[in-house]
Amino acid sequence: MENDKNNHEEEHHIVSYAANLKIWVVLLVLTWLTITVAYLDFGNLAVAVALLIATFKAGVVLTYYMHLKFDSKLLTILLLITVAVFSTFIILTFFDYAFR
Amino acid sequence: MSEEALQHAHDEHRDDAASKLGMWLFLFTELLLFGGLFLVYSIYRNLNMEDFHAGSAHLDIFIGAINTVVLITSSATVAISITAIQKKHYRLAKNLLWFTIIAAGIFMVNKYFEWGHKFEIGLYPGGEMFEAMPGGERLFFVLYYFMTGLHGLHVIIGAIILGFVIKEINQGKQTHDNFAFHENAGLYWHLVDLIWIFLFPLMYLII
Repeated sequence: MENDKNNHEEEHHIVSYAANLKIWVVLLVLTWLTITVAYLDFGNLAVAVALLIATFKAGVVLTYYMHLKFDSKLLTILLLITVAVFSTFIILTFFDYAFR
Repeated sequence: MSEEALQHAHDEHRDDAASKLGMWLFLFTELLLFGGLFLVYSIYRNLNMEDFHAGSAHLDIFIGAINTVVLITSSATVAISITAIQKKHYRLAKNLLWFTIIAAGIFMVNKYFEWGHKFEIGLYPGGEMFEAMPGGERLFFVLYYFMTGLHGLHVIIGAIILGFVIKEINQGKQTHDNFAFHENAGLYWHLVDLIWIFLFPLMYLII
């Protein structure tokens, strides 16, 4: 892995122009998918489907545009901790409301 | 001490990894700030399914979709400008940042027309149409104004910060091997995009 190299001399990964443009196209397609899927009748699952696509989209932005794939793994771990804290709050609050 | 080491000792202290870590820590607080609002949204949406559905029907999916494309494209141009500065294509890097700032402007102008229309028909807290709505629908609109408003504020701040990046590139302070500010400003801009990725389906696409 690139990241295992000596960190002393900072090495910056350069994402190519082509790769950046490909990600842009992927994000546009996912936006189209978000809207198309919203018009389909998923009933109670509609929110879940919308959130699933949004999370995937966010993952693409984080991985490539925000360079998490090329940066120190520490940043990814910290992000996951943040998401875990947030999820805990969501789950606990929903349990609270569900059993009132 | 070797000559090289001496040279090094005179360099200004710089730690790009640490400044990026600092930026990310700030972004986490931003995520939790919006996260709290999303939590409130999800609870109230669960308690007022019908009303949120009716409230969302007042939003224009077309404008929302346009703004989504505008933001995603601006996110792409920021990412490409970081590639450009690393390849010493300074002109391209600056032009892409200008493009991003213009995209931010387009986003806010759309927002202005969107909100302006609602204000005209009395669809704002205190407005006639708003006050006549059932409680859940009013909740939807309070959250709509607060969340898209806070997001809009981030768009404006992000655009201003990107303007400072352009200034620093002009002054030669951001270069191909010293672009931490450019990169961190880019991270902020991508965060603005990230939040919109969730706001758009949750506000506009309750069909």
